Amino acid sequence: MREISVNLITDVVERLCIEANTHLPGDVQCALESCRACEDGSIAQGVLDKIIENYNIADRENVPICQDTGMACVFLEIGQDVHFVGGDLREAVDEGVRRGYTNGYLRKSVVGDPVRRGNTGDNTPAMLYTEIVPGENVKITVGPKGFGSENMSAIRMFKPSAGLQGIKDFIIETVENAGPNPCPPMVVGVGIGGTFDKAALLAKKAIMRPLDVPNPDPFYADLEKEMLEKVNALGIGPQGFGGKTTAIGLNIETLPTHIAGMPCAININCHVTRHKTEVL
Amino acid sequence: MEKHITLPLTEELARSLKAGDTVYLTGTIYTSRDAGHKRMCEALARGEALPFDPQDAVIYYVGPAPAKPGQVIGSAGPTTAGRMDAYAPTMMSVGARGMIGKGARLPEVVEAMKKYSGVYFGAIGGAGALLAKCIKSAELIAFEDLGAEALRKLYVEDMPLFVIIDSEGNNLYETGRADYLAQK
Repeated sequence: MREISVNLITDVVERLCIEANTHLPGDVQCALESCRACEDGSIAQGVLDKIIENYNIADRENVPICQDTGMACVFLEIGQDVHFVGGDLREAVDEGVRRGYTNGYLRKSVVGDPVRRGNTGDNTPAMLYTEIVPGENVKITVGPKGFGSENMSAIRMFKPSAGLQGIKDFIIETVENAGPNPCPPMVVGVGIGGTFDKAALLAKKAIMRPLDVPNPDPFYADLEKEMLEKVNALGIGPQGFGGKTTAIGLNIETLPTHIAGMPCAININCHVTRHKTEVL
Repeated sequence: MEKHITLPLTEELARSLKAGDTVYLTGTIYTSRDAGHKRMCEALARGEALPFDPQDAVIYYVGPAPAKPGQVIGSAGPTTAGRMDAYAPTMMSVGARGMIGKGARLPEVVEAMKKYSGVYFGAIGGAGALLAKCIKSAELIAFEDLGAEALRKLYVEDMPLFVIIDSEGNNLYETGRADYLAQK
Protein backbone atom coordinates (compact mmCIF):
# COMPACT_ATOMS: atom_id res chain seq x y z
CA MET A 1 0.00 0.00 0.00
CA ARG A 2 1.18 3.51 -0.83
CA GLU A 3 0.22 6.55 1.19
CA ILE A 4 -0.35 9.81 -0.68
CA SER A 5 -1.04 13.09 1.09
CA VAL A 6 -4.09 14.92 -0.23
CA ASN A 7 -2.01 18.11 -0.05
CA LEU A 8 -0.03 16.78 -2.99
CA ILE A 9 -3.30 16.36 -4.92
CA THR A 10 -4.16 20.00 -4.20
CA ASP A 11 -0.76 21.17 -5.48
CA VAL A 12 -0.98 19.15 -8.68
CA VAL A 13 -4.58 20.17 -9.44
CA GLU A 14 -3.66 23.84 -8.93
CA ARG A 15 -0.75 23.56 -11.35
CA LEU A 16 -2.71 21.58 -13.95
CA CYS A 17 -5.60 24.09 -13.91
CA ILE A 18 -3.20 26.90 -14.78
CA GLU A 19 -1.10 24.98 -17.32
CA ALA A 20 -4.11 23.49 -19.13
CA ASN A 21 -5.64 26.94 -19.54
CA THR A 22 -2.53 28.66 -20.84
CA HIS A 23 -0.74 26.07 -23.00
CA LEU A 24 -2.65 24.35 -25.79
CA PRO A 25 -1.73 20.65 -26.16
CA GLY A 26 0.73 19.85 -28.97
CA ASP A 27 -1.68 17.54 -30.81
CA VAL A 28 -4.32 20.30 -31.01
CA GLN A 29 -1.73 22.83 -32.25
CA CYS A 30 -0.59 20.35 -34.90
CA ALA A 31 -4.14 19.71 -36.08
CA LEU A 32 -4.86 23.44 -36.37
CA GLU A 33 -1.64 24.09 -38.29
CA SER A 34 -2.25 21.29 -40.77
CA CYS A 35 -5.84 22.50 -41.33
CA ARG A 36 -4.53 26.04 -41.93
CA ALA A 37 -2.23 24.68 -44.62
CA CYS A 38 -5.20 23.06 -46.40
CA GLU A 39 -7.63 26.00 -46.39
CA ASP A 40 -7.81 28.14 -49.53
CA GLY A 41 -10.47 30.75 -48.66
CA SER A 42 -9.08 34.06 -47.45
CA ILE A 43 -11.53 34.44 -44.53
CA ALA A 44 -10.94 30.84 -43.35
CA GLN A 45 -7.18 31.33 -43.61
CA GLY A 46 -7.37 34.63 -41.75
CA VAL A 47 -9.41 33.10 -38.92
CA LEU A 48 -7.02 30.16 -38.51
CA ASP A 49 -4.00 32.49 -38.60
CA LYS A 50 -5.50 34.50 -35.73
CA ILE A 51 -6.35 31.31 -33.79
CA ILE A 52 -2.72 30.16 -34.12
CA GLU A 53 -1.40 33.61 -33.18
CA ASN A 54 -3.72 33.54 -30.16
CA TYR A 55 -2.46 30.29 -28.65
CA ASN A 56 1.12 31.40 -29.24
CA ILE A 57 0.47 34.63 -27.31
CA ALA A 58 -1.14 32.64 -24.47
CA ASP A 59 1.77 30.19 -24.40
CA ARG A 60 4.40 32.94 -24.36
CA GLU A 61 2.71 35.22 -21.85
CA ASN A 62 1.15 32.55 -19.61
CA VAL A 63 -2.35 33.98 -20.03
CA PRO A 64 -5.57 32.04 -20.69
CA ILE A 65 -6.00 30.94 -24.31
CA CYS A 66 -9.73 31.67 -23.95
CA GLN A 67 -11.45 33.81 -21.32
CA ASP A 68 -13.90 30.96 -20.70
CA THR A 69 -11.51 28.97 -18.55
CA GLY A 70 -14.34 26.54 -18.07
CA MET A 71 -15.62 24.25 -15.40
CA ALA A 72 -12.69 22.28 -14.03
CA CYS A 73 -13.28 18.66 -15.05
CA VAL A 74 -10.91 16.60 -12.92
CA PHE A 75 -10.35 12.93 -13.69
CA LEU A 76 -8.63 10.80 -11.05
CA GLU A 77 -7.52 7.28 -11.88
CA ILE A 78 -6.71 5.91 -8.47
CA GLY A 79 -4.64 2.78 -8.00
CA GLN A 80 -6.44 0.39 -5.66
CA ASP A 81 -3.36 0.15 -3.43
CA VAL A 82 -3.32 3.89 -2.73
CA HIS A 83 -4.36 5.24 0.65
CA PHE A 84 -5.02 8.99 0.84
CA VAL A 85 -3.96 10.66 4.08
CA GLY A 86 -4.10 14.14 5.58
CA GLY A 87 -7.68 15.10 4.75
CA ASP A 88 -10.70 14.82 2.51
CA LEU A 89 -9.88 13.99 -1.14
CA ARG A 90 -12.87 15.84 -2.59
CA GLU A 91 -12.02 18.97 -0.59
CA ALA A 92 -8.35 18.67 -1.66
CA VAL A 93 -9.35 18.68 -5.33
CA ASP A 94 -11.64 21.69 -4.83
CA GLU A 95 -8.87 23.51 -2.98
CA GLY A 96 -6.58 22.88 -5.96
CA VAL A 97 -9.21 24.36 -8.30
CA ARG A 98 -9.76 27.31 -5.94
CA ARG A 99 -6.02 28.10 -5.83
CA GLY A 100 -5.47 27.47 -9.53
CA TYR A 101 -8.29 29.76 -10.65
CA THR A 102 -7.35 32.46 -8.13
CA ASN A 103 -3.55 32.39 -8.41
CA GLY A 104 -3.67 31.83 -12.17
CA TYR A 105 -6.02 34.78 -12.85
CA LEU A 106 -8.51 32.42 -14.48
CA ARG A 107 -12.17 33.33 -14.86
CA LYS A 108 -14.57 32.03 -12.23
CA SER A 109 -17.53 30.72 -14.19
CA VAL A 110 -19.37 28.43 -11.77
CA VAL A 111 -22.75 29.17 -10.19
CA GLY A 112 -23.66 27.38 -6.97
CA ASP A 113 -27.17 26.43 -8.03
CA PRO A 114 -28.33 25.64 -11.58
CA VAL A 115 -31.69 27.42 -11.24
CA ARG A 116 -31.18 30.06 -8.58
CA ARG A 117 -27.66 30.86 -9.92
CA GLY A 118 -25.09 32.85 -7.87
CA ASN A 119 -21.37 32.69 -8.69
CA THR A 120 -19.37 30.65 -6.17
CA GLY A 121 -16.47 33.08 -6.66
CA ASP A 122 -13.69 30.50 -6.89
CA ASN A 123 -14.77 28.18 -9.72
CA THR A 124 -15.53 25.35 -7.31
CA PRO A 125 -16.80 22.72 -7.15
CA ALA A 126 -14.74 20.72 -9.62
CA MET A 127 -16.57 18.21 -11.80
CA LEU A 128 -14.81 15.22 -10.27
CA TYR A 129 -14.64 11.81 -11.94
CA THR A 130 -12.92 8.96 -10.10
CA GLU A 131 -12.04 5.52 -11.31
CA ILE A 132 -10.36 2.71 -9.40
CA VAL A 133 -7.61 0.97 -11.37
CA PRO A 134 -4.97 -1.64 -10.47
CA GLY A 135 -1.65 -0.49 -9.01
CA GLU A 136 -0.48 2.26 -6.66
CA ASN A 137 -0.32 5.30 -8.91
CA VAL A 138 -2.72 8.22 -9.22
CA LYS A 139 -3.26 9.73 -12.66
CA ILE A 140 -4.70 13.23 -12.57
CA THR A 141 -6.15 14.92 -15.66
CA VAL A 142 -7.60 18.42 -15.62
CA GLY A 143 -9.71 19.32 -18.65
CA PRO A 144 -11.24 22.82 -18.38
CA LYS A 145 -14.53 22.78 -20.31
CA GLY A 146 -16.04 25.92 -21.81
CA PHE A 147 -19.79 26.15 -22.19
CA GLY A 148 -20.15 27.75 -25.61
CA SER A 149 -19.41 24.29 -26.94
CA GLU A 150 -20.82 22.27 -24.02
CA ASN A 151 -24.23 23.83 -24.72
CA MET A 152 -24.23 22.36 -28.25
CA SER A 153 -23.82 18.76 -27.02
CA ALA A 154 -26.56 16.13 -27.30
CA ILE A 155 -27.55 12.65 -26.16
CA ARG A 156 -30.02 10.16 -27.66
CA MET A 157 -31.24 6.70 -26.68
CA PHE A 158 -31.40 4.79 -29.98
CA LYS A 159 -33.23 1.57 -30.67
CA PRO A 160 -30.69 -1.06 -31.76
CA SER A 161 -32.48 -1.18 -35.14
CA ALA A 162 -31.23 2.37 -35.85
CA GLY A 163 -27.83 0.74 -36.37
CA LEU A 164 -24.63 2.44 -37.43
CA GLN A 165 -26.51 4.73 -39.82
CA GLY A 166 -28.50 6.13 -36.90
CA ILE A 167 -25.27 7.06 -35.11
CA LYS A 168 -23.78 8.62 -38.24
CA ASP A 169 -26.88 10.73 -38.88
CA PHE A 170 -26.94 11.87 -35.24
CA ILE A 171 -23.32 13.05 -35.41
CA ILE A 172 -24.01 15.10 -38.54
CA GLU A 173 -27.27 16.47 -37.13
CA THR A 174 -25.56 17.56 -33.90
CA VAL A 175 -22.68 19.32 -35.68
CA GLU A 176 -25.14 20.95 -38.09
CA ASN A 177 -27.26 22.23 -35.19
CA ALA A 178 -24.14 23.52 -33.43
CA GLY A 179 -23.17 25.53 -36.52
CA PRO A 180 -21.09 28.59 -35.64
CA ASN A 181 -21.96 28.58 -31.91
CA PRO A 182 -19.25 26.32 -30.42
CA CYS A 183 -16.35 28.33 -31.94
CA PRO A 184 -15.46 26.01 -34.82
CA PRO A 185 -13.19 24.40 -35.79
CA MET A 186 -14.49 22.07 -33.13
CA VAL A 187 -13.52 18.74 -31.60
CA VAL A 188 -16.31 16.16 -31.58
CA GLY A 189 -16.41 13.53 -28.83
CA VAL A 190 -18.74 10.58 -29.39
CA GLY A 191 -19.70 8.08 -26.69
CA ILE A 192 -21.60 4.97 -27.75
CA GLY A 193 -22.97 2.28 -25.42
CA GLY A 194 -23.11 1.79 -21.67
CA THR A 195 -26.07 3.43 -19.93
CA PHE A 196 -27.55 6.94 -20.37
CA ASP A 197 -24.98 8.48 -18.02
CA LYS A 198 -22.01 6.37 -19.13
CA ALA A 199 -22.51 7.36 -22.77
CA ALA A 200 -22.16 11.02 -21.79
CA LEU A 201 -19.02 10.27 -19.77
CA LEU A 202 -17.55 8.38 -22.74
CA ALA A 203 -18.18 11.40 -24.95
CA LYS A 204 -16.35 13.63 -22.47
CA LYS A 205 -13.46 11.15 -22.29
CA ALA A 206 -13.34 11.12 -26.09
CA ILE A 207 -12.53 14.85 -26.22
CA MET A 208 -9.73 14.31 -23.69
CA ARG A 209 -7.99 11.75 -25.95
CA PRO A 210 -5.17 13.25 -28.07
CA LEU A 211 -6.29 13.92 -31.66
CA ASP A 212 -3.38 11.93 -33.11
CA VAL A 213 -4.32 8.74 -31.23
CA PRO A 214 -7.06 6.79 -33.03
CA ASN A 215 -9.44 4.36 -31.36
CA PRO A 216 -7.52 1.06 -30.90
CA ASP A 217 -10.36 -0.90 -32.57
CA PRO A 218 -9.86 -0.56 -36.38
CA PHE A 219 -13.66 -0.52 -36.89
CA TYR A 220 -14.01 2.62 -34.76
CA ALA A 221 -10.74 4.12 -36.01
CA ASP A 222 -12.17 3.94 -39.55
CA LEU A 223 -15.47 5.38 -38.34
CA GLU A 224 -13.63 8.30 -36.70
CA LYS A 225 -11.89 9.05 -40.00
CA GLU A 226 -15.03 8.69 -42.09
CA MET A 227 -17.14 10.90 -39.81
CA LEU A 228 -14.46 13.59 -39.56
CA GLU A 229 -14.47 13.79 -43.37
CA LYS A 230 -18.28 13.94 -43.45
CA VAL A 231 -18.37 16.65 -40.78
CA ASN A 232 -15.84 18.69 -42.73
CA ALA A 233 -17.86 18.28 -45.92
CA LEU A 234 -20.62 20.34 -44.25
CA GLY A 235 -18.64 23.48 -45.06
CA ILE A 236 -19.41 25.29 -41.78
CA GLY A 237 -15.72 26.18 -41.62
CA PRO A 238 -13.62 28.16 -39.14
CA GLN A 239 -15.97 30.27 -36.96
CA GLY A 240 -18.84 29.25 -39.24
CA PHE A 241 -17.70 31.58 -42.03
CA GLY A 242 -17.40 28.70 -44.55
CA GLY A 243 -14.45 26.47 -45.33
CA LYS A 244 -12.89 23.04 -45.13
CA THR A 245 -12.20 22.97 -41.42
CA THR A 246 -15.38 22.48 -39.39
CA ALA A 247 -13.71 20.02 -37.00
CA ILE A 248 -10.06 19.27 -36.28
CA GLY A 249 -10.79 15.95 -34.63
CA LEU A 250 -13.49 13.38 -33.96
CA ASN A 251 -12.90 10.72 -31.31
CA ILE A 252 -15.18 7.81 -30.46
CA GLU A 253 -15.26 5.84 -27.20
CA THR A 254 -17.48 2.82 -26.63
CA LEU A 255 -18.72 0.44 -23.94
CA PRO A 256 -20.85 -2.72 -24.00
CA THR A 257 -24.55 -1.96 -23.64
CA HIS A 258 -27.97 -3.59 -23.09
CA ILE A 259 -29.71 -5.84 -25.66
CA ALA A 260 -32.54 -3.29 -25.83
CA GLY A 261 -30.54 -0.14 -26.42
CA MET A 262 -27.79 1.88 -28.12
CA PRO A 263 -27.14 5.12 -26.21
CA CYS A 264 -25.14 7.74 -28.05
CA ALA A 265 -23.83 11.01 -26.62
CA ILE A 266 -21.99 13.74 -28.47
CA ASN A 267 -19.87 16.20 -26.53
CA ILE A 268 -18.83 19.19 -28.59
CA ASN A 269 -15.63 21.06 -27.79
CA CYS A 270 -14.06 24.14 -29.37
CA HIS A 271 -10.64 24.60 -30.95
CA VAL A 272 -9.34 25.41 -27.46
CA THR A 273 -9.51 21.75 -26.44
CA ARG A 274 -7.54 21.71 -23.21
CA HIS A 275 -6.30 18.92 -20.99
CA LYS A 276 -3.20 18.29 -18.94
CA THR A 277 -2.21 15.09 -17.15
CA GLU A 278 0.22 14.18 -14.41
CA VAL A 279 0.91 10.79 -12.86
CA LEU A 280 1.87 10.50 -9.18
CA MET B 1 -13.41 44.25 -47.97
CA GLU B 2 -11.02 45.41 -45.25
CA LYS B 3 -12.09 48.55 -43.39
CA HIS B 4 -10.68 50.57 -40.50
CA ILE B 5 -13.51 52.23 -38.62
CA THR B 6 -13.73 54.62 -35.69
CA LEU B 7 -16.72 54.83 -33.34
CA PRO B 8 -19.39 56.09 -32.67
CA LEU B 9 -21.34 53.71 -34.87
CA THR B 10 -23.53 56.30 -36.57
CA GLU B 11 -26.36 55.19 -38.81
CA GLU B 12 -24.34 56.24 -41.86
CA LEU B 13 -21.29 54.20 -40.77
CA ALA B 14 -23.45 51.21 -39.86
CA ARG B 15 -25.12 51.19 -43.26
CA SER B 16 -21.76 51.29 -45.04
CA LEU B 17 -20.67 47.98 -43.48
CA LYS B 18 -21.48 44.79 -45.37
CA ALA B 19 -21.61 41.14 -44.28
CA GLY B 20 -18.20 39.56 -44.96
CA ASP B 21 -16.23 42.78 -44.42
CA THR B 22 -13.11 42.49 -42.29
CA VAL B 23 -13.17 45.40 -39.87
CA TYR B 24 -10.54 46.89 -37.56
CA LEU B 25 -12.51 48.81 -34.95
CA THR B 26 -11.22 51.68 -32.83
CA GLY B 27 -13.13 53.50 -30.10
CA THR B 28 -15.09 53.11 -26.88
CA ILE B 29 -17.25 50.01 -26.44
CA TYR B 30 -19.18 48.53 -23.50
CA THR B 31 -19.13 44.95 -22.19
CA SER B 32 -22.23 43.07 -21.14
CA ARG B 33 -23.58 39.55 -21.20
CA ASP B 34 -26.55 37.61 -19.78
CA ALA B 35 -27.03 39.05 -16.30
CA GLY B 36 -26.07 42.63 -17.29
CA HIS B 37 -28.49 42.67 -20.22
CA LYS B 38 -31.28 41.44 -17.98
CA ARG B 39 -30.64 44.29 -15.54
CA MET B 40 -30.40 46.92 -18.28
CA CYS B 41 -33.63 45.83 -19.94
CA GLU B 42 -35.40 45.79 -16.56
CA ALA B 43 -34.12 49.33 -15.92
CA LEU B 44 -35.42 50.50 -19.30
CA ALA B 45 -38.80 48.89 -18.57
CA ARG B 46 -38.97 50.93 -15.35
CA GLY B 47 -38.17 54.06 -17.35
CA GLU B 48 -34.70 54.43 -15.85
CA ALA B 49 -31.52 55.44 -17.68
CA LEU B 50 -28.74 53.01 -18.60
CA PRO B 51 -25.28 53.27 -16.95
CA PHE B 52 -23.94 54.62 -20.29
CA ASP B 53 -25.29 56.61 -23.23
CA PRO B 54 -26.58 53.97 -25.66
CA GLN B 55 -26.82 56.26 -28.69
CA ASP B 56 -24.63 54.82 -31.50
CA ALA B 57 -22.95 52.53 -28.95
CA VAL B 58 -21.40 49.11 -29.49
CA ILE B 59 -21.81 46.33 -26.92
CA TYR B 60 -19.24 43.55 -26.68
CA TYR B 61 -20.67 40.28 -25.38
CA VAL B 62 -17.75 39.23 -23.19
CA GLY B 63 -16.93 38.11 -19.68
CA PRO B 64 -13.18 38.70 -19.46
CA ALA B 65 -10.69 36.78 -17.37
CA PRO B 66 -9.22 38.78 -14.45
CA ALA B 67 -6.26 41.03 -15.27
CA LYS B 68 -2.85 39.83 -14.13
CA PRO B 69 -0.68 42.50 -12.49
CA GLY B 70 0.41 44.85 -15.28
CA GLN B 71 -2.41 43.86 -17.63
CA VAL B 72 -5.26 46.18 -18.68
CA ILE B 73 -7.64 43.21 -18.79
CA GLY B 74 -7.41 39.42 -18.89
CA SER B 75 -8.21 37.32 -21.95
CA ALA B 76 -11.36 38.69 -23.52
CA GLY B 77 -12.93 36.84 -26.44
CA PRO B 78 -16.62 36.89 -27.39
CA THR B 79 -19.34 34.78 -25.80
CA THR B 80 -22.28 33.17 -27.65
CA ALA B 81 -24.49 36.03 -28.81
CA GLY B 82 -27.70 34.01 -29.06
CA ARG B 83 -28.15 34.20 -25.29
CA MET B 84 -28.62 37.96 -25.66
CA ASP B 85 -31.26 37.62 -28.40
CA ALA B 86 -34.05 38.23 -25.89
CA TYR B 87 -32.55 41.64 -25.05
CA ALA B 88 -30.91 42.81 -28.28
CA PRO B 89 -33.99 44.39 -29.94
CA THR B 90 -34.65 46.46 -26.79
CA MET B 91 -31.01 47.61 -26.71
CA MET B 92 -31.15 48.59 -30.38
CA SER B 93 -34.43 50.45 -29.81
CA VAL B 94 -32.59 52.89 -27.51
CA GLY B 95 -29.74 53.39 -29.98
CA ALA B 96 -27.14 50.72 -29.19
CA ARG B 97 -26.89 49.47 -32.75
CA GLY B 98 -23.58 47.60 -32.62
CA MET B 99 -23.07 44.11 -31.17
CA ILE B 100 -19.87 42.06 -30.99
CA GLY B 101 -20.15 38.33 -30.32
CA LYS B 102 -20.12 34.94 -31.99
CA GLY B 103 -22.74 32.46 -33.13
CA ALA B 104 -26.18 32.52 -34.70
CA ARG B 105 -28.92 35.12 -34.05
CA LEU B 106 -32.70 34.74 -34.13
CA PRO B 107 -34.76 36.19 -37.00
CA GLU B 108 -36.32 38.78 -34.65
CA VAL B 109 -32.84 40.19 -33.92
CA VAL B 110 -32.13 40.45 -37.65
CA GLU B 111 -35.48 42.21 -38.15
CA ALA B 112 -34.57 44.71 -35.40
CA MET B 113 -31.19 45.24 -37.08
CA LYS B 114 -32.93 46.15 -40.33
CA LYS B 115 -35.27 48.49 -38.48
CA TYR B 116 -32.60 50.29 -36.42
CA SER B 117 -29.61 49.93 -38.81
CA GLY B 118 -27.87 47.48 -36.52
CA VAL B 119 -24.60 45.65 -37.16
CA TYR B 120 -23.58 42.28 -35.71
CA PHE B 121 -19.81 41.91 -35.66
CA GLY B 122 -18.06 38.62 -35.04
CA ALA B 123 -14.88 38.43 -33.01
CA ILE B 124 -12.97 35.16 -33.16
CA GLY B 125 -14.32 32.89 -30.44
CA GLY B 126 -11.52 31.37 -28.40
CA ALA B 127 -9.00 34.08 -29.33
CA GLY B 128 -9.19 35.81 -25.95
CA ALA B 129 -5.46 36.39 -25.50
CA LEU B 130 -5.16 38.05 -28.92
CA LEU B 131 -8.28 40.20 -28.51
CA ALA B 132 -7.16 41.43 -25.06
CA LYS B 133 -4.13 43.01 -26.76
CA CYS B 134 -6.45 45.43 -28.62
CA ILE B 135 -7.99 46.67 -25.37
CA LYS B 136 -6.05 49.74 -24.25
CA SER B 137 -8.15 50.70 -21.23
CA ALA B 138 -10.87 49.11 -19.13
CA GLU B 139 -13.05 50.77 -16.52
CA LEU B 140 -15.76 49.12 -14.44
CA ILE B 141 -18.85 51.35 -14.61
CA ALA B 142 -21.72 49.27 -13.16
CA PHE B 143 -22.90 45.92 -11.74
CA GLU B 144 -19.63 45.21 -9.94
CA ASP B 145 -21.34 42.37 -8.03
CA LEU B 146 -21.62 40.41 -11.29
CA GLY B 147 -17.86 39.77 -11.41
CA ALA B 148 -16.84 38.77 -14.93
CA GLU B 149 -20.30 39.89 -16.08
CA ALA B 150 -19.94 43.46 -14.74
CA LEU B 151 -20.44 46.38 -17.14
CA ARG B 152 -17.11 47.70 -18.37
CA LYS B 153 -16.16 50.60 -20.62
CA LEU B 154 -13.30 49.62 -22.92
CA TYR B 155 -11.18 51.59 -25.33
CA VAL B 156 -10.07 49.35 -28.20
CA GLU B 157 -7.66 49.95 -31.05
CA ASP B 158 -7.84 48.06 -34.33
CA MET B 159 -9.90 45.24 -32.87
CA PRO B 160 -10.08 42.57 -35.61
CA LEU B 161 -13.71 41.76 -36.44
CA PHE B 162 -15.88 40.41 -39.23
CA VAL B 163 -19.28 41.79 -40.16
CA ILE B 164 -21.49 38.71 -39.73
CA ILE B 165 -24.92 40.31 -40.20
CA ASP B 166 -25.29 43.77 -41.75
CA SER B 167 -28.08 46.35 -41.53
CA GLU B 168 -29.79 44.85 -44.57
CA GLY B 169 -29.92 41.41 -42.96
CA ASN B 170 -27.21 39.79 -45.11
CA ASN B 171 -25.59 37.00 -43.13
CA LEU B 172 -22.00 35.77 -43.52
CA TYR B 173 -22.88 32.46 -41.83
CA GLU B 174 -25.24 31.76 -44.72
CA THR B 175 -23.30 33.26 -47.62
CA GLY B 176 -19.81 32.14 -46.50
CA ARG B 177 -20.85 28.53 -46.23
CA ALA B 178 -22.93 28.59 -49.43
CA ASP B 179 -20.03 30.16 -51.36
CA TYR B 180 -17.64 27.52 -50.09
CA LEU B 181 -19.97 24.64 -50.95
CA ALA B 182 -20.68 26.12 -54.40
CA GLN B 183 -16.95 26.24 -55.25
CA LYS B 184 -16.23 22.71 -54.05
